[in-house]
Amino acid sequence: MKKAFREIVNGNIWLSFLAVVASFIVGGILIAFSSETVQTTATYLTARPTDFISAVWNAVFGAYDAMFRGAVFNYKADNLTFMIRPITETLAYATPIVMSGLGLAVAFKSGLFNIGAAGQIVFGAMFAGWVAIFVDLPGYIHFPIALLAGILGGALWGALAGFLKAATGANEVIVTIMFNYIAILLLGYLLKTPVLKAPGSVNPISPPVHDSAKYALLMGDQFRVHAGLIAMLIAVVFVWWLLNRSSIGFQFRALGHNPNAAKVAGINIGATTVLVMAVSGALSGLAGTSQIMGTEKFLTLGVAASFGFDAITVALLGRSNPWGVLMAGILFGGLRAGAVTMQANQGVPIDIVLVVQSMIVLFIAAPPLVRSMFRIKPQKEDAK
Amino acid sequence: MKLELRGITKRFGTMTANDHVNLIAEPGQIHCLVGENGAGKSTLMNVIFGLYQADGGEILIDDKLVKFSGPGDAMAAGIGMVHQHFMLIPVFTVAENVILGHEPTKFGTVLDIKKARERVLDISKRFGFEVDPDALVGDLPVGVQQRVEIIKALMSDAQILIFDEPTAVLTPQETDELMVIMKQLRDEGKSIVFITHKLREVKEVADKITVIRLGKVVGEAKPTASANELASMMVGREVDLDVNKAAAKPGKPLFKVAGLSAWDHAGSKVLDDINFEIHEGEILVIAGVQGNGQTELTEAIIGMHGKTIGSIELDGRELIGKNVKQVLDLGVGFVPEDRTEDGLVADFTIAENLMLDRSDRKPFVKGLNLQLDFLKKFAAEKIAEYDVRAQGIESKASQLSGGNQQKVVLARELSRELRLLVASQPTRGLDVGSIEFVHEKIVATRDSGIPVLIVATELDEAAQLGDRIAVMYRGKIVGIVPSDTPRATLGQMMAGISA
Ligand SMILES: Nc1ncnc2c1ncn2[C@@H]1O[C@H](COP(=O)(O)OP(=O)(O)OP(=O)(O)O)[C@@H](O)[C@H]1O
Ligand SMILES: [Mg+2]
Repeated sequence: MKKAFREIVNGNIWLSFLAVVASFIVGGILIAFSSETVQTTATYLTARPTDFISAVWNAVFGAYDAMFRGAVFNYKADNLTFMIRPITETLAYATPIVMSGLGLAVAFKSGLFNIGAAGQIVFGAMFAGWVAIFVDLPGYIHFPIALLAGILGGALWGALAGFLKAATGANEVIVTIMFNYIAILLLGYLLKTPVLKAPGSVNPISPPVHDSAKYALLMGDQFRVHAGLIAMLIAVVFVWWLLNRSSIGFQFRALGHNPNAAKVAGINIGATTVLVMAVSGALSGLAGTSQIMGTEKFLTLGVAASFGFDAITVALLGRSNPWGVLMAGILFGGLRAGAVTMQANQGVPIDIVLVVQSMIVLFIAAPPLVRSMFRIKPQKEDAK
Repeated sequence: MKLELRGITKRFGTMTANDHVNLIAEPGQIHCLVGENGAGKSTLMNVIFGLYQADGGEILIDDKLVKFSGPGDAMAAGIGMVHQHFMLIPVFTVAENVILGHEPTKFGTVLDIKKARERVLDISKRFGFEVDPDALVGDLPVGVQQRVEIIKALMSDAQILIFDEPTAVLTPQETDELMVIMKQLRDEGKSIVFITHKLREVKEVADKITVIRLGKVVGEAKPTASANELASMMVGREVDLDVNKAAAKPGKPLFKVAGLSAWDHAGSKVLDDINFEIHEGEILVIAGVQGNGQTELTEAIIGMHGKTIGSIELDGRELIGKNVKQVLDLGVGFVPEDRTEDGLVADFTIAENLMLDRSDRKPFVKGLNLQLDFLKKFAAEKIAEYDVRAQGIESKASQLSGGNQQKVVLARELSRELRLLVASQPTRGLDVGSIEFVHEKIVATRDSGIPVLIVATELDEAAQLGDRIAVMYRGKIVGIVPSDTPRATLGQMMAGISA
């Protein structure tokens, strides 16, 4: 299993691209099938095939066109704000996915299959949220302290999972999955107690975060995109440096590729495992801050949304390369932003996007499948 | 069956690993393939076995053109390969391992263990293998595992057998047994291709010898040729097969092991009251049949063995209780027994592998930043010094030939600031020329006043390299004797009889 995993993580970025293309093709087929006009025209297919073909074209093109207008640029809108809003929405969605995806990329490159992004996001959001909501501080230090608290929260939760692996040999996949449940349930519990619950509220929801602890909006209040985007770009560069230019990252990768040799070379496996998980969790914690201090501004049970899962896909699709993760994350942000418009304009169910995302997972998890679809030869070195 | 290669060419990027190679392996002959590390021997075998596709040339079996798109095709055509790294599943029994890969074709869809057992017994009896079909493969010594690989090849009725450096992992006794088996197979009319770096083996079994250098066939040699002639053909220059070293001038005892005992996970004693000293400027060779505690001894020294009591002292400092990093930081260079598992990261470049144990210090790292320019310079120097044959320092370790991988490990360990050198089978897999070079390096290390501990399974190497020899048997040191002790005495000691 480790070997298959390593192949996916270090696989060819070109295959990722093809996986996306293939998924959109499958998505297009499903869109065509689910369209009523296509279904009707299919009943007299032999009589007038052109009707059928144009119906298919309209359904698929219409849907993807709507998606484009919802995710990138709405050329049909009547003012500039509405025209460029889609891309900013995409970036707003992408921010936490990329951050958390970067965290997983660090773990994957180090041979640790961290599935715990969701829990680590929740911990980041809880820590950051508590500081941002319940602590009163002057503006200029409130934000950085809340930010650090979030990063620390994610790091602690990640490190704890790493510690359990290092100390007991527990499998990190199982530990981090369990930790996701613990984190979510803990959040649910705290949202029912005065620790996090808004006084007087009957719902599990916290009071709003202080203005002084919010990410600044980047393009005024017409747009949701906030300074988390800048934090995300810094995180991309940081992870690139960490993995490719730093001694710590070198040790991470040595651990990921051959723990035995790393051990004989004097690298402390246990400590490195904990550190990898701390860094990985810290980046998911950062994603949590982006959610609570940038986008949502309240703590609810939905704070991690499906970002934990998306982050895994994005890290795999981006082959755990920071720039790859950035691009994959923006793609996923775009799918989310676009799905809404697609449903509203074309009546294409939002679930199609989920199908496309799942197909992407399937295609990257099965490189031989994509290879045979596009008739690509496996890399020569594989033979050895 | 006769195997013929015509003009086989195989390239990796810009480098040509096999350049128009012609070769004929006849039934009833053992065909030895020899040549330097990186000459292209394994590549050629992988082409024959369908693991690589040739860029040019033809393969003929019994004068008929064949084409293999994978090992499955090659096996179906009657070719069997015994890999240096076994492809066996340790938790399966011998019989189960043997049916793997053959089940659908040979035994129908149902796993026919009974039939498989019978055939294993059959083959085993025919060749005197003494392999128990019900033993778990993981429990078997390396030599026996290799026989399982051979049985596997014979199960599909292979007529052409390829052995790629099979003896590199064997003890001398196992090697002798393998030679007998190969001769038997030859007498049954199989065509055998045998790769080895050991002249003794070539002289013993070869019917025909082909020498490869830089991917080309450079000539044939007669099995009657002298060892020196063979050696110089293999590497293209005169090789001194003896170790040239002045008498040791041992100084103070810098490395002392006293009362060292260790237990494995299951609680049985693997090291039993080990005592020895190594002086500055002295080489002590630990000789003995593999598996008598040598691995555990080296692990205990570098801080990787769990339960240990006693004392291991270097320069007056106790090593027991220190972790690997602390031990290495005291100046211990360590060449592990298994280079692919413990010595290298296959996916890392040569340069990265050269800094594997130094990724936390100057001049490789400043602050937290890798000094890539320095690393480049360092790596370029080392591959030139150690004659590592590769496309460049950015080649991955996995793309190197076996011997060149070993050279990378040696280059790294010998370039540390050493206070002690511990090397397990430092010349495993090296060609005669590289062995000469590595021996010189080790002697130079000794002469610079450093105690050296070598683990060797070959008596030749032990006697040539060592100043004194300690023989291990069942976790104990049977005795420590001068290196000119007669072979017979050493042999007896290795069987546990103290001198
Ligand atoms: N997968 C690969 N990619 C790139 N280069 C390779 C690959 N495999 C082998 N080579 C190169 O081809 C050359 C021949 O390698 P090969 O393994 O055939 O040598 P060899 O004769 O078996 O040597 P040794 O005696 O050390 O085992 C080497 O220079 C090696 O670096
Ligand atoms: Mg080889």
